[in-house]
Amino acid sequence: MTLLITIFAAIVSTLVWYVRDDRRELNLGLLCLMFWGASIMWLTDAIFEYAELGAQYFTPAASDMLNDSYLGISVVALGLMIWLVSFLYKDPKGVIRKALTTGR
Amino acid sequence: MACFVAPATEAVITTVVNAVIKHKESKRIQTEGTEHAAEAIEAHKSKISFSTKLGWLNKMLWGGSALLAFEHAWHGEVVPYFPFFTAVTNGEVSEMLAEMSSVGVTMALLVTAVWGGMVAVSGIIEKRNDKAEDTVSEGV
Repeated sequence: MTLLITIFAAIVSTLVWYVRDDRRELNLGLLCLMFWGASIMWLTDAIFEYAELGAQYFTPAASDMLNDSYLGISVVALGLMIWLVSFLYKDPKGVIRKALTTGR
Repeated sequence: MACFVAPATEAVITTVVNAVIKHKESKRIQTEGTEHAAEAIEAHKSKISFSTKLGWLNKMLWGGSALLAFEHAWHGEVVPYFPFFTAVTNGEVSEMLAEMSSVGVTMALLVTAVWGGMVAVSGIIEKRNDKAEDTVSEGV
């Protein structure tokens, strides 16, 4: 489930990157590449696990699935937080700089 | 156990390499800029620099490693105090190293292979654009 949720996050962020003209300003490349990087890594993990467990890999216990889903959503939230911090640090429209210098 | 360490190590190396390449590229642009300003700017506009391409790999490796490290912390395999890996405390160092060298190295290699594909595709697109521009300028 973690792998699936991360792949969906990667696909959605890639579509947003493709559609938006201000992708560079929004630093959307970071979000896409981060989720794709994690997806590839978890895919590798899944392949190794499949090699070990066989078909049993596709029939996890309900509690494991729930825990993995919760983890997947948390991973997406963490990824979005990393992206948000980098975006605010970049501050492409100078909103934070302006707020800090004018005190508003 | 600690498979994310292998791609994280690669990320450290590629970050250092990227910094060196970026420095060299900016130096080259400065030199070219003073000699043939217009041509140099035009050439750099139409092509993606190698440091930018290496930046894609950095983002995939750092981002992926960070999210995987979170997963390991979630499962209690990584802790915020020394020795940081519960496998070390439990005396499973050899298993941890085996996993790092099998799963971890494969992860790093697969991410690098995907990045290689991205670089190859962008290279083909750049060449196609150059050809199209040449055809247009010849036609004019």
